[in-house]
Amino acid sequence: MDKEEKKEKKEKIPRQKMPEQVAKVRVRNFDEVPQGYSAETAMLEAKRCIMCKKPGCVAGCPVDIDIPAFVKLIAEGDFMGAARQLKQTNSLPAVCGRVCPQEDQCEKVCILGKKGDPVAIGRLERFAADFERQSGHISIPDKAPSTGKRIAVVGAGPAGLTIAGDLVKMGHAVTIFEALHKSGGVLIYGIPEFRLPKAIVDAEVNFLEKLGVKIVTNFPVGRLKTVDDLFADGFRAVFLGVGAGAPVFMNIPGENFSGIYSANEYLTRSNLMKAYAFPEYDTPIALGKNVCVIGGGNVAMDSVRTALRLGAENAYIVYRRTEKAASRWNSGSPMSPAEEGLFP
Amino acid sequence: MFKIIERKQLSENVVKNVIHAPDIAVRRKAGQFVILMINEKGERIPLTIVDTDSKAGTLTIIYQVVGKTTTALADLKEGDYILNVLGPLGHATEISNFGTAVCVGGGVGVGVIYPIAKALREAGCNVVSIIGARTKALLILEEETRRVSHKLTVCTDDGTYGFHGFVSAVLQQMIDAGEKIDRVYAIGPVPMMRVLANLTRPHKIKTIVSLNPIMVDGTGMCGACRVSVAGKTRFTCVDGPEFDGHEVDFGLLMTRLQMYTEQEKQALEKCRGERNG
Ligand code: FES
Repeated sequence: MDKEEKKEKKEKIPRQKMPEQVAKVRVRNFDEVPQGYSAETAMLEAKRCIMCKKPGCVAGCPVDIDIPAFVKLIAEGDFMGAARQLKQTNSLPAVCGRVCPQEDQCEKVCILGKKGDPVAIGRLERFAADFERQSGHISIPDKAPSTGKRIAVVGAGPAGLTIAGDLVKMGHAVTIFEALHKSGGVLIYGIPEFRLPKAIVDAEVNFLEKLGVKIVTNFPVGRLKTVDDLFADGFRAVFLGVGAGAPVFMNIPGENFSGIYSANEYLTRSNLMKAYAFPEYDTPIALGKNVCVIGGGNVAMDSVRTALRLGAENAYIVYRRTEKAASRWNSGSPMSPAEEGLFP
Repeated sequence: MFKIIERKQLSENVVKNVIHAPDIAVRRKAGQFVILMINEKGERIPLTIVDTDSKAGTLTIIYQVVGKTTTALADLKEGDYILNVLGPLGHATEISNFGTAVCVGGGVGVGVIYPIAKALREAGCNVVSIIGARTKALLILEEETRRVSHKLTVCTDDGTYGFHGFVSAVLQQMIDAGEKIDRVYAIGPVPMMRVLANLTRPHKIKTIVSLNPIMVDGTGMCGACRVSVAGKTRFTCVDGPEFDGHEVDFGLLMTRLQMYTEQEKQALEKCRGERNG
């Protein structure tokens, strides 16, 4: 088989779909929508990768995952090896495989995307991470010898968790201080269960703790201790991963009325406090028959879908740009909001 | 996990807990609050810290048993644990020698006014306290407040003890008598704070109120606690909890507090059902 032929054959495998809950059912429950590749589909998808010598995807990855390497391992059926490969540079692969905007990062620059569909890198990442987690044999990457230096990380969100993983692998002693009662930041309070199951966030946090990261919850830095106090306590460096901050209101009349939420509050009630399971859980949430969400990004999509799952009869998105711009984030993915009756 | 060191029934429906929370105890200043969550399925609720003992590493909270969470909290015994306690949150009360400070507390609000009166006294103010409750059996912290005040008037709505009438009537009398008042601190039910603010406004007596809206995170992240002050949206957990009473939109606060009345009833009934087996 000469080179030309080989390439042609590879392009014939179409981008593999992930099975998912059907729209009619899933809009009324909080279970995860896409259900992940099977081993066969994952291998098939991985075989689509042409293993570029100068892979654009790696340059498109903010955490420098050696994408061709892990994809190759999946293609060969070494799923545990693929997971190990991922975890060398990314401590949160099951999370990233689900919620990274791959269409704007690695997959955007995949060479296959020029003519057809890019390799489904995110889905493969998710597959490998899930495979390892479900196997129960979680590998712990090698750590550099202890440097004897302590580093404080403020905030146990994606930024804090990621840097904590990297630093601990470099041999530093890392302590994360988190104000909320649970680690994960936006992964736990913001992104809904149906897009990112909380058990997965917990598992990745657990993995970091196994790596040696210490996490202290209920610890509001600034209130209990200032950054100066942390230095005085012997921390050599402090990383502030404190999140996006306060929600911005629009200054429109009536915006403080009951039943009007910032997305942060609405999602925090539902996700972190599990208000969708009220009264089993104590935190209530307003249930509207007609719900209107202002905005068109990921957070708006998460909110409007939460509203549907909480039983709204009509859920609307009001957005200043076009329909296309609004749904752009999730278009073409199994999470496409259009499929849940949005943008009819 | 935060251990309950002491539990005391202060009145028929008001309970005091002393909780082991050494980090918070060291840092806390008068006027600050904590958010607590009793267990995995619990709600996060804000409660003002009434007192702290930094040596013992404890903080004191006082609350009225009104809903599911306070009922469950009141059921906990000495030696039991509260899953999460976050604090100290909010700005501390501005304490200085203001001259004559009138501290008005109603109902469980007396628990909040007491540490402020104590701090003002230590700062050199002439502290005049007015505390009240619906009826004698519901009155709390009378002795403690008396100890830190130069003068104390106790009121009951039904006349079962002390002055027969509202705390506002006592303040009104002071104003009518032309007594010199430099500042008023008013803490209690929203209608009480509103009446007091309306009373002092024409006399331009600075009146500080401490607000208790519904909260979730308590760190400025969600906006659940927003209130309107001088026409601007403020977050009580990070901008407050104390504000100038003359500028607060109490009507809005009241409606926002009632947002979950139905669900709160439902949760309370469920909780009572479980308690009675
Ligand atoms: S309670 Fe969430 S911002 Fe204040």
